Amino acid sequence: MAGMTLTEKILAKHAQRDRVAPGENIWVDVDVLMTHDVCGPGTIGVFHKQFGKNAKVWDRDKVVIIPDHYIFTADAMANRNVDVLRAFVKEQNLPHFYDVGTDRYKGVCHIALAEEGHTRPGEVLLGTDSHTCNAGAFGEFATGIGNTDAGFVMGTGKLWLKTPPTMRFVFHGELPPWLMAKDMILSVIGDIGCDGATYKAMEFDGPGVYSLNMEERMTLCNMVIEAGGKNGVIAPDQVTLDYVNARNKLGKKYEVVKGDPDATFEFEKVYDLAKLKPVIAKPHSPDNKAFVDELVGMRLDRAYIGSCTGGKITDFRAAAKILNGNTVKIDTFIVPATTEIAKNLKTETLDGKTLEQVFLNAGAKIGEASCAACLGGPADTFGRLNSAIRCISTTNRNFPGRMGNKEAEVFLASPLTVAASALNGFITDPREYFA
Amino acid sequence: MSLPEIIRGKVYILGDNVDTDQIIPAQYLTYNPAIPEEYRQFGKYALIGVPGAQGGLPKGHIPFHDATDDFVSPYTILIGGKNFGCGSSREHAPIALNAAGIKAVIAEFYARIFFRNAVNGGYLIPFETPFRLCDKVCTGDMLRIELASSTVVNETTGEVFHLRPLGDVAPIIEAGGLFPYAEKTGMLSPKS
Repeated sequence: MAGMTLTEKILAKHAQRDRVAPGENIWVDVDVLMTHDVCGPGTIGVFHKQFGKNAKVWDRDKVVIIPDHYIFTADAMANRNVDVLRAFVKEQNLPHFYDVGTDRYKGVCHIALAEEGHTRPGEVLLGTDSHTCNAGAFGEFATGIGNTDAGFVMGTGKLWLKTPPTMRFVFHGELPPWLMAKDMILSVIGDIGCDGATYKAMEFDGPGVYSLNMEERMTLCNMVIEAGGKNGVIAPDQVTLDYVNARNKLGKKYEVVKGDPDATFEFEKVYDLAKLKPVIAKPHSPDNKAFVDELVGMRLDRAYIGSCTGGKITDFRAAAKILNGNTVKIDTFIVPATTEIAKNLKTETLDGKTLEQVFLNAGAKIGEASCAACLGGPADTFGRLNSAIRCISTTNRNFPGRMGNKEAEVFLASPLTVAASALNGFITDPREYFA
Repeated sequence: MSLPEIIRGKVYILGDNVDTDQIIPAQYLTYNPAIPEEYRQFGKYALIGVPGAQGGLPKGHIPFHDATDDFVSPYTILIGGKNFGCGSSREHAPIALNAAGIKAVIAEFYARIFFRNAVNGGYLIPFETPFRLCDKVCTGDMLRIELASSTVVNETTGEVFHLRPLGDVAPIIEAGGLFPYAEKTGMLSPKS
């Protein structure tokens, strides 16, 4: 009997079964359920409607509520939605709430989950956001669900899932300094298409993956949904355990799960990082892949560095290397994913200047930790594309209208490529800065 | 809820990769679908993010709502190409189509979260075809979906097409969504 992949083993364990096979529908126990201000109110509505006004969540220690989408806006409805979360947290006496306007406020949920110790190997994490797959970087099964599913989980702690077959992506070699995980995942999405992994698990493997820090591993897993993937996953190693144990302030026990050596993969693709060049996704789909050197010179109106996939401290360290001592030629927006990252921008230094000083000296604008313009949002959202302009961005999606105006053009690229392009006002190959 | 035997109405045609930002753009997600008056609003903005030329194929530039309706569109059936509903996990997407009066979507295949949400929320029936139906039917044609035989009849042209069987999710669709299905199968005790 063939072995099981990492994803299959985690799902089997959470279904109290010895084994599961791709295609099987199973009921799984959920370890963490996350929701936020956009899908929380609808989820809470489903929960109350189905389980009753006085119902209690199945386990208050397993529900995590992170407002992050529409935070710094005058939009009354958006602010009302955060009030709906507050009322629910109070009613249920939930311990894991990261409320706006308090010291606990975090920002983008996926990075907040990791920083606050809610991501652990071997677990099942479901969230009402498609980028919940981000947490697969920690060797767990993590995927996005809707309000009805989340309402069901809130009341029962369980959900039916179809066991996905696994596609494996193996990276050999090590990233040169001008490449980042964003180049790796944009390559994969471009190669298999934005529906290439629909209903499937995407496992990342090989020395090129295990040489990455956790932030970069999150960039890989975050964007599997852009290929239609159900979940992305990387087997835990010492780098994973060091991150998780340092953040495990809740003192939660977890069990590392690894795939069997004789597991069956539905598909395998091998990459050599020594041969990879900076990659960009052209409008209007994340799979519309080109190499940056094919588009050099294309005029831009705006640069944006932020989001769960492109606003982590490692993303800003990379951008700062290029922006340091230079001046941007186009509007450039910097949005840290979380308040912890925002604090680090004020303390981490490069050539004696804080990263914040580097960005401000270069002429960039710095916003507050949240999802901000990654998904457009209300009209007054920081960095939102309110007209048909052309933007280069470290975010994860460029479908029509994703960042605001539906005629706007969004190019997705690594923080290095975005920073280099901001300095010229046109698409620029970051290798110029590593000569 | 039991399934209708027939879904009949005018069809609106879209292309490939219709993502959730096109179905309901992020700026409208501030409405709370748990409040009925706000649920209706999603119907008004359904498909407002579709670029003009890609809405109402094959001609394009056909609005989903006509000048006289506010919330419910004149169309009952939607046909898309590949990867319908890709992008975010927002359940507001099938909700918006449901609020606009869409009873069924037919596509080559779906992004999985949209598919789950449509089925588990009981908002509409997501049918699949083994071929590109979106290239064979015109916006405004009168369609009749016959559920028992999984066929679509284009009453405007007389053509007949076959749909894929609903498969694994048929019992959930028949039950009316995840909650009634879970009650029916004993996963949840029925509401008193």
